[in-house]
Amino acid sequence: MGGRRLYDIAHARAGDKGNRLNIAVFPFDDGDFAALSDFLTEARVLAHFAHRGATAVRRYELPKLPALNFVIDDVLEGGVNGSLGLDGHGKSLSFHLLAMPLDPASTE
Amino acid sequence: MTKTIHIGCGAGFAGDRTDAAVPVVADLRRREGPCFLVFETLAERTLAAAQRQRQSDPDAGHAPNLLEFLRPVLADCAAAGIRIVSNFGSANPRAAAARIAELARDLGLDDLRIGIVEGDNLLGVMAESELRALPALEGLDAAAGGMIAANVYLGGAPIAEALDRGADVVVTGRCADPALVVGPAMHAFGWGIGDLDHLAAATCAGHLVECGAQVTGGYFADPGRKDVGGLDQVGFPIAELSDDDGLVITKAAGTGGAVDLRTVKEQLLYEIHDPSAYLTPDVTLDLTEVSLAAEGPDRVRVTGARGAPAPETLKATLSYDGGYLAEGELSYVGPNARRRAELAIDILRGRNAARGLNQAARYDVMGTMSIFDGDSGDLRQAGSWPDDGEYRVRGALRSMDAAEAKAFSDEITALYCCGPAGGGGLRTQVTPQIQTSSALVPRARVRPQVAVVSAAELT
Repeated sequence: MGGRRLYDIAHARAGDKGNRLNIAVFPFDDGDFAALSDFLTEARVLAHFAHRGATAVRRYELPKLPALNFVIDDVLEGGVNGSLGLDGHGKSLSFHLLAMPLDPASTE
Repeated sequence: MTKTIHIGCGAGFAGDRTDAAVPVVADLRRREGPCFLVFETLAERTLAAAQRQRQSDPDAGHAPNLLEFLRPVLADCAAAGIRIVSNFGSANPRAAAARIAELARDLGLDDLRIGIVEGDNLLGVMAESELRALPALEGLDAAAGGMIAANVYLGGAPIAEALDRGADVVVTGRCADPALVVGPAMHAFGWGIGDLDHLAAATCAGHLVECGAQVTGGYFADPGRKDVGGLDQVGFPIAELSDDDGLVITKAAGTGGAVDLRTVKEQLLYEIHDPSAYLTPDVTLDLTEVSLAAEGPDRVRVTGARGAPAPETLKATLSYDGGYLAEGELSYVGPNARRRAELAIDILRGRNAARGLNQAARYDVMGTMSIFDGDSGDLRQAGSWPDDGEYRVRGALRSMDAAEAKAFSDEITALYCCGPAGGGGLRTQVTPQIQTSSALVPRARVRPQVAVVSAAELT
């Protein structure tokens, strides 16, 4: 606890399609985009959602906004079709991503 | 000289505020140039639920609260020439048109012309076996239940045709959400299917406004981090779209909320996967070169949307009976509440095993880690949580069998007298479920139909 989190430098919004989720991530300061791109890799995002069965992450870069758009496969435990969780759309999962510690050494 | 149209949004989903369109219409009435008001009320599952209603009542199956949305604004729109476009029709556009005609006659608007767009419903056009054999895009590989609905996403052209033929209000069933804006743009500017960058700008405009307040500060506020004032009166968006593809997003005057670079960015990528290829019936939208510029208070200019040809096939949503979802919740609060909550789950597991409710159930302890957790509860088990506090047990089970779903929820109810001490605040529900898959339909199989009728004729 107490370390810096992604939440401290970025905001995000999630949207679902079936059992697939997209989370778009935006730095508060455009100058952080390069560092954010270096840090927030597909592998790191996949590991962050491994407990929900995510199988693949694809990252799209939009430097003109700037933004990173992550598409995470199979993370919704069936999505609205099949999820037993309270948030079958995964709308709240943008904040799970934002809770990611920025210093990997401090992760659980 | 450029020509500009103004498109306000009055609803971003079926459950949206029914008074949100009033300030939008008041703002549009002060503007020069053609004005339109769109309502988007049709989520993926909404239509299948509506189709079920239509099966039991031939006059049902449209957006249930379309009159609540329209009553406050219809007379003003008619007086000012603001034309309304909505997917209120859901599973029954003709019934929606009849309801709107009744309202119009009550308001003395017998001459109001209502456009009806049909042809999205594939049941009856294609056999169920043929529908099930269509190439799947996403969703279920093989659905267990019977097919309830099959609807293809129509584009902007039939909406434009209805407007060309003089419709004051256009009701559709399933159409691509941005088509509610693309249709008016095609009508106003004479744009056609080959005008790719034009259609891209219109699609981008439609994408940004079709979720209502999600681009004006709704679904955005985070106190201390992303502050937004006046969400109790949040203003719904207005897109200003010009025939040179200029696009400005703003909101109704005199309202709360905000339109700024951040609110527009978040909505621009909402539910977008590959930003270079957002597939719609009208155009393939490429957002990768889009840039935003603040242009005064609550005004953001959007440039750089590019278009490529639309896909050869159209997307359809196939909906199936998904059985039942049984859920129940009960709270434990105060000393040792977390361990009482965990005991409640142990009891439920034992009961459900003994009763043979074998389908995989999920149990959560809300107040530890639940929403972010997976069905396995890994995060809850890995974390450490205080024993004292406020916790809420939740159980959930899916079943095709109504009796099994009820039995599961009954076991949660029974925790009251047979479970741990001090449980309170019981809620249980068993809700019918709809499962969906997406499939690709050849365009040649889809025939949109447009009718335009006056309110006086539609009885």
